[in-house]
Amino acid sequence: MPNIVVLVKQVPDTYSERKLSEGDHTLDRDFADAVLDEINERAIEEALQIKEAHDGEVTVLCVGPDRATDAIRKGLSMGADKAIHVLDDALHGSDLLQTAKVLAAAIRTVEDVDLVIAGNEASDGAGGAVPAVVAELLGYPQLTHAREVTVDGTTVKVTRETEDGLTHLEASLPAVVSVGEKINEPRYPSFKGIMAAKKKPVETVDIADLGVDAGDVGLANAWSTVVEAAPKPPREAGQRVEDDGDGGVKIAEYLVGQKLI
Amino acid sequence: MIDFRLSDEHETLRKTVEEFAREEVAPVIGDFYEREEFPYDLVAKMGRMGLFGLPFPETYGGMDGDFTALCLTLEELARVDSSVAITLEAGVSLGAMPVFRFGTEEQKRRWLPALCSGEMLGGFGLTEPGGGSDAGGTLTTARLDGDEWVINGTKSFITNSGTDITGLVTVTAVTGTKPDGRKEISAIIVPAGTPGFTVSKKYSKVGWNASDTRELSFADCRVPAANLLGERGRGYAQFLSILDEGRIAIAALSVGLAQGCVDESLRYVGEREAFGHKIGEYQAIQFKIADMEARAHTARLAYYAALAKMERGEPFKKEAAIAKLVSSNAAMDNSRDATQIFGGYGFMNEFPVGRFYRDAKILEIGEGTSEVQRMLIARELGLR
Repeated sequence: MPNIVVLVKQVPDTYSERKLSEGDHTLDRDFADAVLDEINERAIEEALQIKEAHDGEVTVLCVGPDRATDAIRKGLSMGADKAIHVLDDALHGSDLLQTAKVLAAAIRTVEDVDLVIAGNEASDGAGGAVPAVVAELLGYPQLTHAREVTVDGTTVKVTRETEDGLTHLEASLPAVVSVGEKINEPRYPSFKGIMAAKKKPVETVDIADLGVDAGDVGLANAWSTVVEAAPKPPREAGQRVEDDGDGGVKIAEYLVGQKLI
Repeated sequence: MIDFRLSDEHETLRKTVEEFAREEVAPVIGDFYEREEFPYDLVAKMGRMGLFGLPFPETYGGMDGDFTALCLTLEELARVDSSVAITLEAGVSLGAMPVFRFGTEEQKRRWLPALCSGEMLGGFGLTEPGGGSDAGGTLTTARLDGDEWVINGTKSFITNSGTDITGLVTVTAVTGTKPDGRKEISAIIVPAGTPGFTVSKKYSKVGWNASDTRELSFADCRVPAANLLGERGRGYAQFLSILDEGRIAIAALSVGLAQGCVDESLRYVGEREAFGHKIGEYQAIQFKIADMEARAHTARLAYYAALAKMERGEPFKKEAAIAKLVSSNAAMDNSRDATQIFGGYGFMNEFPVGRFYRDAKILEIGEGTSEVQRMLIARELGLR
């Protein structure tokens, strides 16, 4: 009966335009629609499948502002049992090391955790380091970039997929697993799930509850900061090649020039 | 104060279906439509989301939701595609609802769990080649022979009646004569595959091409007497009572199509250029889209109002007829305008608006024509 914690993040919808705020170059949260990151939906789906096969409990853990409750509700609607929301203004602008520290502290408040499941990397920050840092802080083995996860008694097996190919990993529980795009197709919440989510417990905690010092988090204390940001330049018009019988050669020359072939 | 806000749960459901329609339906439905093929995978996914069980209690495999939940779902699906929307609408309102409303406990336990999960579809056979709105014209007969009904006749335009997962069709048939000389009409459940029950090949339709519509024939088709659904002689009255609800559902679907026309047009006029400007900068286009939005908006208010009365348990016949009338008009008008905005591309099947144009017409015909709606409204106003 594995006890699973899933790390979730609310991110700006990739369908909408995203931007950083003028003042401190943190994410402008009012600018774009906020959604549960899709990779986290896959993480929740994987946790639910493990739960369906072995029983157990799924807790959704989210660090984020007030409106991150929507992302948490979605996780609960999909079928997670309960949630922890770390909500604290002091966290504004925290980098991934600080966020990982807060996540690890929150995971420690859950009794008898067997498995922590996260997405590989968030679609906004795209740092891809949080699962590994959390594992390090907790002293758990890390099995990242999972394409397949099997839990068997006290061990977890993962097929890891990277550009170098497939690796088969095995570790004893508790462990941290991060999942990739190919892991599964997340379910859509049913109406019954949506109704049930309303009644599921969401524990809201601040950093003091977790024993994290305010001097360790937030933009002012971050290990990495965004110094400068510029909007993406508009796409330039493409180069036009007239085919006078040598179109193929011209395309090949262009591709060679771009070091694509 | 009139509060038009949806509850949190209804709003979450609406968003969930919006996402499903955008991500799962939109990318594939055009091909199904062109091949006139029933999208089994999409229907299965809708089933797993619990959409076919929305207004039914959990005891029978339902979602414990309400009719509002169903209507919001239909609107969001139809913003992207009407074939899947009508498959759901008919599956719930015509397939499962009669069994839920009029069935015995045994009939409910036998049929509803599979119908609610979307693993099975049911159809309702009322319309005949000779007509739909005129009950007195029913020619199909059912004669009690021992403990079996023997059914003979033909039914037309029956949605969801010929898919691989169709499990039953409820048919209305003349089972005798009433004391006043009128036909006694009853409803009888005919399981798919019953000998004597033949499903003809699919119709070639103008629209709704990814939905299943068939002609059915019954030749000495025998089913147990226990398959009578509801009271003998109440078949047509029973059907009429669920038809009012069905009209709100079709209104919701029509609003979805009308809104889909606005969505597609807004996207297009922000990209397409003519005479040096995006065409959305021209007032001729802006006014057209403003009218389209106004039609979708007012039609939505009309179906919300009918729905609110229905959910409160008040009479809603007139409101349902008005909602059906104005929303099917809105769908037809908006699809015509959207196609015009798209110009030549609007006439191409690869763009959704062409599909919307073809799908809109049936909304002024099915579940009571616009003329029938006007007749109902006039009667409710006391005109005889």
